[in-house]
Amino acid sequence: MVYSSQQIKRLEGIAKQIRRLIIQMLMRAGSGHPGGSLSATDLLTCLYFGNYSDGSPLLRYNPKHPEWPERDRFHMSKGHCCPLWYAILAKTGYYPVEELWTLRKLGSLLQGHPDRRTPGVEVASGSLGQGLSVGLGMSLAAKIDKRDYRVYVLLGDGEIQEGNIWEAAMAAAHYSCDNLYAILDYNRFQIDGKTEEIMNLEPILDKWKAFGWHVIETDGHSIKDILCAFEQARDKKGKPKIIIAHTIKGKGVSFMENVVDFHGRAPTAQEAEIALKELE
Amino acid sequence: MVNVELLYQRDIYGKTLVELGRVNKNIVVLDADLSGSTRTSFFAKEFPERFFNFGVAEQNMMATAAGLASCGKIVFASTFAMFATGRAWDQVRNTVCYNNFNVKIVASHAGITVGEDGSSHQALEDIAMMRIIPNMKIIVPCDGPQTRDAIVTAVNRSGPFYIRLGRAKFPTIEGKGKFEFGKAEVLREGKDVTLIACGLMVNSALQASGILSKEGVKAGVINLHTIKPIDSDAIIKAALQTQRIVVCEEHSTTGGLASCIDEVISGVCSARLIRVGIKNQFGQSGTPKELLEKYGLTSQEIVKAARSLL
Repeated sequence: MVYSSQQIKRLEGIAKQIRRLIIQMLMRAGSGHPGGSLSATDLLTCLYFGNYSDGSPLLRYNPKHPEWPERDRFHMSKGHCCPLWYAILAKTGYYPVEELWTLRKLGSLLQGHPDRRTPGVEVASGSLGQGLSVGLGMSLAAKIDKRDYRVYVLLGDGEIQEGNIWEAAMAAAHYSCDNLYAILDYNRFQIDGKTEEIMNLEPILDKWKAFGWHVIETDGHSIKDILCAFEQARDKKGKPKIIIAHTIKGKGVSFMENVVDFHGRAPTAQEAEIALKELE
Repeated sequence: MVNVELLYQRDIYGKTLVELGRVNKNIVVLDADLSGSTRTSFFAKEFPERFFNFGVAEQNMMATAAGLASCGKIVFASTFAMFATGRAWDQVRNTVCYNNFNVKIVASHAGITVGEDGSSHQALEDIAMMRIIPNMKIIVPCDGPQTRDAIVTAVNRSGPFYIRLGRAKFPTIEGKGKFEFGKAEVLREGKDVTLIACGLMVNSALQASGILSKEGVKAGVINLHTIKPIDSDAIIKAALQTQRIVVCEEHSTTGGLASCIDEVISGVCSARLIRVGIKNQFGQSGTPKELLEKYGLTSQEIVKAARSLL
């Protein structure tokens, strides 16, 4: 699969802008979750702004017609990483970028966890472990209505410790939901520490394979590899698919990378200044 | 009482779903390995492409229901009341109700009359758990025919519903008027005391009213089928009229119908209220009749409660 260096450069540029917005937004809000927002930035940038090798978009959507019935669905199951999603929705034109500075403020369109009052958000989230089921419901609705939209669900790694995830995994395979795509942001950290120490997830590939899923592994920060993983996933049939993306928590800001403290702490003004310099 | 019609509410539920499913292609039905008991199997047989069984996985069923509803479906999700409300409460709160989705939870086997299966299967807290969630609407039909009214209402009104059904056959209440969602159904006008009941206890309240009338006590009977939104006006009117209320429910006396009514009248009028229901305890195995007697859910107990107020 061939992706032009132009596209890759363009997406890298957007990812950097998104990371800058995440830092600025969280610094102004004074609370929120930078680590997991930064680790999944390249994945969501590719999904919302990338194209397959044939030129068609990964995610089919139209900010001017959010209710377009044929749109692909995206659901952020790891809801605490919504700063990333909010930045992306602003960049795609669902609302002005200025809206981002209201994050977590009283009366804001941008709640602390995803909410349907935000244009572009289909279903609220925040209580972990339920989003794969939400995606499954969207996938079954497509089957009933004979529509060919795809459903993407972003999962956190700590999140898949929830039993509800595995109930949904079993059911999606049972109903052969090959229009359902899970994306696992495998940054190996959760709020209390390393996943391997808090609750080991390995062997993670085998688990998903055993549940009847197509499993595709990728470097979650290489634009080219991510595009390739989405395209491989699209071309597989008969089973639900999961892209297991190896990522770095806090990616892009040196002092946040692999630092558990930044799972759920916003940068101070000083820290934000340093971070933004690194992201120039 | 002679020739009283006895019906399983869940039979009516299953048949109504099929009837509505023929007309409304947006109806999708989900179950969690209890489709035979809840009677969603009727719908599954007729519309296999719109029925999904999730196995013993209630949390997944409820969150999947939300996903389907986000795509415009009217989703019925059924299992036993215990598992629909307890096991999947977080999914119902955060993913169904917070999004205000069209998910209709129709739960069977509520209350003590589940019988022999015992405490683990006797939901005595479900009304409490469902009514504290914003956006949720609750109907507890009193018999078979009213079950149909409840299901039709849930389809015609948007947002989440909780509809509570029993396991046992319910006697059909004669002489009911037209079902009005959100309106208390006054079955008998009272002067001395008002018996307010829901579900199976409506019939017991009517019997109690009959016994009391022989003693010269005029006991009104209200079928409060819609628990939420509650008909405050009718409750206050009855409270002012009779100054005495006996609430009868096959549910914990904490958090259910009695608490709803107490919340309505508290600070508004000085009527006295007695609760007939399950008093802060778990159930046990037994026949429905034995259990109703053991836990004081009989017309005799209602009569006693009413007398104590006079």
